[in-house]
Amino acid sequence: MAVATGNSFASRFGVHIAVLVFVAIWTIPTLGILVSSLRDKNQIIASGWWNSFASSTQTEAGRLPAASTQVEKDGKFVLEGNIFGDGAKRNISAFGVKSAAPTQYPAGTSADLGDGEILQLNEDGSFVMQSPKAFEGDRGQRVYYASSAPPKFTTENYRTVLFSEGIGRSFMNSLTVTIPATVIPILIAAFAAYALAWMRFPGRALLIAVIIGLLVVPLQMSLIPLLKLYNGVGAFFGMPSKTYLGIWLAHTGFGLPFAIYLLRSYIAGLPREIMESARIDGASDFEIFVKIVLPLSFPVLASFAIFQFLWVWNDLLVAMVFLGTEADQIVLTAKLNALLGSRGGDWEILTTSAFVTIIVPLIVFFSLQRYFVRGLLAGSVKGG
Amino acid sequence: MAAQIFSAIFVIIVGVGGCVAYFWGANKLVDLIFPSRGVAGAAAIDNLRRQGLVRPWLFVGPAMIILTIYLIYPVVETLRLSFLDRGGVNFVGLANYEWAFGDREFRNSILNNIVWLAVVPAACTFLGLIIAVLTDKIWWGTIAKSLIFLPLAISFVGASVIWKFIYEYRGEGQTQIGILNAVIQHFGGQPQVWISLPFWNNFFLMVILIWIQTGFAMVILSSALRGIPEETLEAAVIDGANPFQIFWKIMVPQIWGTIAVVWTTITILVLKVFDIVLTMTNGQWNSQVLANLMFDWMFRGGGDFGRGATIAIIIMIAVIPIMVWNIRQANKETGGH
Repeated sequence: MAVATGNSFASRFGVHIAVLVFVAIWTIPTLGILVSSLRDKNQIIASGWWNSFASSTQTEAGRLPAASTQVEKDGKFVLEGNIFGDGAKRNISAFGVKSAAPTQYPAGTSADLGDGEILQLNEDGSFVMQSPKAFEGDRGQRVYYASSAPPKFTTENYRTVLFSEGIGRSFMNSLTVTIPATVIPILIAAFAAYALAWMRFPGRALLIAVIIGLLVVPLQMSLIPLLKLYNGVGAFFGMPSKTYLGIWLAHTGFGLPFAIYLLRSYIAGLPREIMESARIDGASDFEIFVKIVLPLSFPVLASFAIFQFLWVWNDLLVAMVFLGTEADQIVLTAKLNALLGSRGGDWEILTTSAFVTIIVPLIVFFSLQRYFVRGLLAGSVKGG
Repeated sequence: MAAQIFSAIFVIIVGVGGCVAYFWGANKLVDLIFPSRGVAGAAAIDNLRRQGLVRPWLFVGPAMIILTIYLIYPVVETLRLSFLDRGGVNFVGLANYEWAFGDREFRNSILNNIVWLAVVPAACTFLGLIIAVLTDKIWWGTIAKSLIFLPLAISFVGASVIWKFIYEYRGEGQTQIGILNAVIQHFGGQPQVWISLPFWNNFFLMVILIWIQTGFAMVILSSALRGIPEETLEAAVIDGANPFQIFWKIMVPQIWGTIAVVWTTITILVLKVFDIVLTMTNGQWNSQVLANLMFDWMFRGGGDFGRGATIAIIIMIAVIPIMVWNIRQANKETGGH
């Protein structure tokens, strides 16, 4: 679509800028959680993720050593050392001894703490504390300081989330739900789609209309009756009503209208001559379907598989109704929702968990985008 | 967990194997009962005709059974339940509907849903169209489209976490770690708790769905724009039309059908939206919507199936016009086949 207008330099430049702005708005949110998930958890709350490559300033607390380490010099009792016991390199900008005023004194100055006690804390963390009287007690003086730490990136959050927050287990549960729920509907839908496209029988038009109608029926209509049905069946057989089998079948049922619709419109578009020449050669409908239609339909089967995979993986509603919330059944989306409640402010947990839940769809999406777009176009443009 | 993986693999094998066995076996059975080969001419023709009567139903049978159990029966049952009490036992007439329209939370949900319906489909379609037109003109348009399309693969829950992080609030004067408040504070504004702002919080939730769905609108509309005949655009240029006139008067009218499809698809999605509200606010601060309210009543106080079903029926009523329109469109197209 080469429109000849708007080709002046200014307007072309404007188009580039406009698209750049859109792309920025659409990618920055995802980038935010990716970057945050790799940051040190103290830094996440100390500075915005867009500043993660700059040093961050945070207020910390430390303790001077106990009285037993004091030495007597020129009639004064002295404590010396470095507040960073771990040898970490950080720059202290200010310090204090009261939690209400943690940055009362600039680094390198001497603070008068009363009773002749003097504390000096330097930028590198070294300190000198002097007092005319001997220090007492096992616990040293509490010191607060504002330090700037260099940017610190870590995979620690992923380790925590996968192995101690239960996200790893939920990941397996999601896979357990998704793969069978993607594979099972394909063959069932393909046979039905072939019959609706190429076989003549009374009631066919009505069936097609019903399926198109079912395409838009809200899931909410199915939940309560199915919940009752599952509870009834479970009670009848003395089994739990929340099972993987139950959710596999539910996703199969909810995915079928779209599957049949998508496959039917594709299969109906296959060339008539191929079907007819096969029929003249004596092939039955079953043989035509298996030997001709199925191999030719590969692209649309792939499209549907991607749709169903993404839809089941990303689903929260069906999983919350038909699966339990225990560790052995909770899927990623439900787990993430639970973490939002229980770990509300722990952004290192939330951003990392969110990234784990979206990584599989993103990989599927990027590697198979061609099929996905094709399915999208066939699914919505043709019949609507 | 090993047992779980094993059972999943087992189900795939049994499921797929079962399907194959059913279709193959049923097909063989028809051939055996109504043999068309090796019998006399008239009988063979008779049997072929009978095969033709039975076989289509063997093919559509499994799909029809599953659709009946999982979609058709529930629609009828939900309608019936909406006239029953909370346990689904006693007939209460229209009491659930009377309750609904008198309930403050329900009316708030209806109102919010109307705002969602007015804003989200329009915003997605409009932004999608603009981006489709713009990206068509530049060499890196495909990459740009890919990136804008990307949120479509992200779950509503994942997207909610992403945007909750953007809306994160810290007290005034503190370091803001949510980018929205950081920008506002940088320009001297006052940081806000966005998701509890009366009325406007709805819009901050809508932004999430718009962010997800614009890519969908863009892809569909972009392909429709490619289908516009070059000559119409060239003629307009020769007649001296400016880019805005070309957009509004030449391009948009030619893709009205596609715009309608995108609009209705997103409309249905909006009616079903539940995850975003559940994870962001769970209906607090007057941000409730019907789908989340329905889910809530399914389990609230042990579950009220009557009220839950009633809310589901009201969502369904909103969908019916689109459903009828879809079926008529499809009939028009497939009428010949």
